[in-house]
Order: sequence, then structure tokens, then C-alpha cells
Amino acid sequence: MSTNPATGVKHGYFKKLSRYYLWYTGAFALFLVAVALLEQEGMPRLWIGYLFMFATIALYAVIGVICRTSNVTEYYVAGRRVPAMFNGMATAADWISAASFISLAGGLYLQGFDGLAFIMGWTGGFVLVALLIAPYLRKFAQYTVPDFLAARYGGGAGGRGGPVRALAVGATILVSFTYVVAQIYAVGLIASRFTGVDFSVGIFLGLASILVCSFLGGMRAITWTQVAQYIILLVAFLIPTMWLSVKHADNPIPQVAYGSLLPKLTAREAELANDPREAQVRAEFLRRADGYAARVAALPESWEAGKLDAQRQLAAARARNASLLEVRQAERALTTYPNSVDDARTLWLERRDANLARARPPEPHAQPFPGATQEASDARRNNFLAVVFCLMFGTAALPHILMRAYTTPSVHETRVSVFWTLFFILLIYLTIPALTVLAKYDIYTSLVGSDFSALPTWISYWANVDKANPLISVADINGDGIVQLAEFAIDADVLVLATPEIGGLPYVISGLVAAGGLAAALSTADGLLLAISNALSHDVYYKMVEPGASTQKRVTISKLLLLAVAFIAAYVASQKPADILSLVAAAFSLAGSTLFPVLVLGVFWKRANHIGAITGMVTGFAVCLYYMLRASPALGGNALETWFGILPMAAGVFGVPAGLFTVVVVSLLTPRPSRASAGMVDYIRAPE
Amino acid sequence: MPTDPVPEPTLASNSDQAIRVRLDQARARHWERTRRMSLLLLAVWLTTGFGTVFFARELARFEVFGWPLSFYMAAQGASLVSVTIIAIYAWRMRRLDRDFHAAMAPRP
Repeated sequence: MSTNPATGVKHGYFKKLSRYYLWYTGAFALFLVAVALLEQEGMPRLWIGYLFMFATIALYAVIGVICRTSNVTEYYVAGRRVPAMFNGMATAADWISAASFISLAGGLYLQGFDGLAFIMGWTGGFVLVALLIAPYLRKFAQYTVPDFLAARYGGGAGGRGGPVRALAVGATILVSFTYVVAQIYAVGLIASRFTGVDFSVGIFLGLASILVCSFLGGMRAITWTQVAQYIILLVAFLIPTMWLSVKHADNPIPQVAYGSLLPKLTAREAELANDPREAQVRAEFLRRADGYAARVAALPESWEAGKLDAQRQLAAARARNASLLEVRQAERALTTYPNSVDDARTLWLERRDANLARARPPEPHAQPFPGATQEASDARRNNFLAVVFCLMFGTAALPHILMRAYTTPSVHETRVSVFWTLFFILLIYLTIPALTVLAKYDIYTSLVGSDFSALPTWISYWANVDKANPLISVADINGDGIVQLAEFAIDADVLVLATPEIGGLPYVISGLVAAGGLAAALSTADGLLLAISNALSHDVYYKMVEPGASTQKRVTISKLLLLAVAFIAAYVASQKPADILSLVAAAFSLAGSTLFPVLVLGVFWKRANHIGAITGMVTGFAVCLYYMLRASPALGGNALETWFGILPMAAGVFGVPAGLFTVVVVSLLTPRPSRASAGMVDYIRAPE
Repeated sequence: MPTDPVPEPTLASNSDQAIRVRLDQARARHWERTRRMSLLLLAVWLTTGFGTVFFARELARFEVFGWPLSFYMAAQGASLVSVTIIAIYAWRMRRLDRDFHAAMAPRP
């Protein structure tokens, strides 16, 4: 087997891997064809859902079992011999989370230009990773991000960097944990929607596959599983989009084709904005919003009157021996009536806002920052920039992505690996805006204007999946029997899952898309859980509690911790906390504010010392958290208490500069770092 | 495989004063060039990313292949520039590393 001396890659190894994955892709294509044939033969939809879910989970488990290991280097950094291209593919799967795969296209559908901040932020951040952090981490060649910070800054007992390590571990765990809960939540959602199992059962099914994989083989197993998962999610995303692209633009390459569709969509939007029937529906929503506003204004009398009214309706229905359905409806109206005046105010204000939102004409999809006034437009631009900033700097500080820099054979391979990572991410991310425009055009032209008696089946299917919060709702508001755009509402999480049906593809493609969403969530969860358990076992247990532990014991402890963390995360996810995208965005701001300043200054500024690093991490974190608590209504703050009108989600825009500033000022006020620290910086900067 | 303590760079077999000076010079030169290139690429990244968003409303008037320019930049352009920057960086750094090793090679 020949080894390239410059890159450290064994050629035979690379060839062997490529052959394996080509075979795998071929087998997967055969599997798709087989399921498609079974569907033709009349296999029920539910079975197709089961088949995709269990086949892919079993596949990941098999890869996990094949790659099982108890060797420390294999377990933590996959033996440092993953070739750049495969490392890039695995990192891309690690990176593309449930939020990217499932919710991002839907977010773009609803937000138009504003949603592109996520595309820009989640790709641009890799420039920072490639230029400022990854190669230097690889040169350092240890196991975790806290390892690097502790060695660089030192301080604490014996100069081993205990306090810096502890803070970095805390940040790693907090960030990764928020993020992993969102992934496991998505696993439960997909499993329950496509197979009809209970949400919590779905969570624990997904958990089982995550555990078999990362528990047995650590980084080595998850790397090779993630490559397999990437292939599935790429195929799952491209097939329905290419189909829509051929349908509407006669061009199978959606990234190129949607340019010709965008002007048509804009024209259709203008047409709908001036349609009198649309205006009629919007006026009705405005009337409903005014009704709620009037009831809020008349509190507390309106609450009592409403309650009496509901009671009277129920009594009347019973007295006149109305149908069971009517009595049930009257009963439900009474039981769901707000319990107190305060509850009524919250609920009615919510409903007023929801109705107001639907009373607004749709915003043109491609227009940047539409706004009534120059100030309103500027505020949207500033928030766009702030979100991009947070996502970029957060990307450059996410521990589960950075620890990938350790797994390649050389520094050069790490640089190339970041290139491949972004390349493989872009195959999906450049398709997302295309999918959005194609799906929007399809809905605006074929659904809007169609007859209510001939609604496509996907509408009723998705409308009935979650009765409490309908994912799709469509109702004939103005009673003309024709679907108006304003009568149709869709949840961001549904668009991608429903795309195959919107485009009129067979159900097997829907199953494939669900499997893709599952792969995206599972691969990210794998990486995150490993980041957490490595921080606990390697940094806390081995480096801080028991430095004399044998390698065997270290790996065993790591596996046990992984198990514990996975179960805690699954439990938290089963409690259904806030929605996926907002959780993830908060994690990015916190990661960027806490870790980015110390990582970058650690490489590029020799003068940064451990006191500066400690205060910088604490300040960055505190500023970011304070701003979120202050300005986010979901966290008990007040939405009006913002600084410069920046949304709480983009708190990192204050946290990152605060962190950088503190590291610099405090370092300059305190003594220089030790000579060992300067020597280490020279070492990581030097070429191999 | 490096183990836990950070390994000190080993010098060539004879720890000659001249070689040490040469090594220091070559390293300083390598680092200086790395830093300059990183800075340049970051400037490009900053203008294409944040610059086009800041002037998005003005740029929306221009059109590329059917897209308004600002929409194209946000949806594809900025990301494609990023991936190009990373490719150029990896390629140039390999050149710089080779130059370094050439400078350190024993002279005839």
C-alpha cells in the first residue's frame, strides 16, 4: 500500500472506501426501485413508511457494529486516517441538521429573502473554520476543543489549564445539548408522522440507532455511518426537487433552472396581491382580528360575558335536543374557554396577531427587506446581517464540527477536508432556495385558484396529522368555493416532507424524503452526543479527575457517559420544548460568543493569557445570555427592550465583540503568558 | 502518533546555530505569508458576504440569469465565493508549505 508523503493518505485505503460506498449507493438505488415496484403492486403507504424507517435504522446499526472499537485513538478521532473527501462528507452530514433538512426550505417559503440569512450564515462560517481554526487544531493533534484551549492558555493548578478547560467543557456541553435535543425532537416528529407510532416511541427508536452506532464505535463508527447518511439525504433532497424543476422549468438542474422561474413567480405574486377575492379574504381576517382586539379592550367584562354565552349555548343545545355533534361542539367551546382574565388576554392577543398576520398581503419572494418606511426596511436589513453574523461565528465555534479537524491524516488534508465539507453542504444548500421557489410557484399556480371540491389528497393528509396545531390549514373563508392564497396556511416544517406529494410523485419518494430527514437528524445527533460524552470523559474524567486512568477505562467511561447523556436528551426532547429552529439559533449565538474569541486569539495573538481567556469566555457568554433573557418574550423578557432593534436570536452580535474585547483588555492588564504557551503557538503555526 | 505533551519540533541531527537561525527565518517568513493571505481572503469574504447584503436594495435593480443580483448573491453567490476562498487557501497553503521545506532543504 503506497502512502503519499505530503498528505499521509494511503491510496489503497481511499480506493477501497470509494468502492464500498459505490456498492452501497447502488444497493440503495436497487432498494428504491424495489419499493417503487411494491407500491405499484399495492403495498399500503404505512408499510412503505415502516420499511424506510426500519431499513435505514438497521443499516446504520450494522455499520456501527462493523466499526466497533475500544482503542482510544479510534474511539475519539477515528484513528486520524479519514481521507479528506470522506471526512468532508461525514462533516457535511454532521452539519446538515434536522433544521436544515426539514425546516429551512419551509422557513424560506414563509420569510422570502429574509430566510436566506440562514443559507448565507450556515455556509459562510466555514471560511472562518478553514482559515482561522481547523488547520491549527489539526497541527496540535489532540482530542477535543477544551484540550486545545487548556494547553494554549495554561493557568490553574500546575499550569495545566484547569479553569479554562472547565469553562470550555461547560460551553461545549451547553451548546451541544441544546442542539441535540432539537435533533432528537425531530426524529420523534418524523417517526410519528410517517409510521403513526407515538411521538415518544419514535424518539426512543431513533435513540436506539444513535446508541448502537456511537456507543460501539465512537468517532470511527459515526464517521462511516455519516458518510452513508449523507448519501441518503442527498438523494432524498435532490430527487423531488429535480422532478419539480423538470415539471416547471424543463431543466433537471434546479439550482440553474429556478432563475427562469423567479420572474414568473414575481408576476404571479403581483397578480395575487391585486386580486379582489384575495382582498375579500384578507378583509375578513382583519375583521376577525378587530373582533379579538375589541374583546381584549373590553376585559374583564368580555371574559365573563363570553363565559356566560358559552354556558348558555350549551344549555340551549341540550334543551332543544340538538344533534350529538352540536352538543359536543358546545361542550368543547366551554371546556377550552380561557380559565381566567389573564389567560383570555394572552389567548386573544395571540389570535389577534395570528389573524392580523394572515390579513397582510404576501411579500414578494425575491425583494430584499420590504418595509413600509425606510426605518422598517433598515431594521430588517440590520437583523439579516446580525443573524448571518451569529450563524457564521457560531459555526466556527461548534465543538462537534471542530473536533472533525482532528480526524484527518495531516494538516493539509484538514484544509482540503473543510473544502469538501462546504462542497457537500452546498449540494444541498444551493438546492434549498430552488426548492422553495419551485414549490411556491407550484402552490401559487396550481393550488390557488383550484376548486374546493377537488383539493389534492396531500392537503387533507397533512391537515389531519396534528389536530391541535394543524400543519396545513385551508378553509373557504369568503365562501366562493375557490382556493385563495390567503385561505391557505402551511407550517415551515411540512414543506419538504410534503414536496413529493405537491409535485405528484409516488409515495415511495415521500418515504425516501422522510428517511433523508431522519438521516439528517440522526447524523447530527451522533456527532453532538459524541462531543458531549468526549468532553465529559476525556476532559473532565481523564484530565481533571483521574489522570492515571488506563486507556481501557477511559473508553468504557466514555461509553457509559454517552448512554446517560443520550437518555437525558431523549427525555428532555419528549417534553416537547420550543420549536426546532429557535433552539438551534440560540445555540449558535452562545457558541460563537463563548468559544470563538478564545479559539482565534489563541492562535493569532500570542499575548492572550489565561486570565484574559477566562474573563473573555465568561463575559461573552454572560452578555449573550443576558440579551436573550432581556429581549426574548419566550424567555420571560420584553420584545421592546432590544438594543438597536436586534432580535434576541442574534444575541451573538453583542456577545462575540464583548468576548473579543474582554480577552484583549484583560490580557493586556495582566502578565504575559508563560514561555510554554508561546512555544506552543509557534509550534501550531509552523508548517508540518 | 503524537501523544499528550506537545512535542517540541526536532531539529536536524546537528543542532548547528546556522540551521536554527535558518529555521526561525523560514518559519517567520512562512507565518507572515500565511497571515497576509488569510487577511486578504477574509477581506474578500467580508465584502461578498456582508457588503452585498448591506447594499441589497440597491443591487436588486441588476439582474443575473433571471435572478435579481442581491437575491442571487444571498442564495448562491456568497456561498460559492466561500467555497472558492477555502479552495484557494488550501492550494496556496500547500505551496507555502513546499516553499518552506525547499528553504530548509540542505543546500548543495
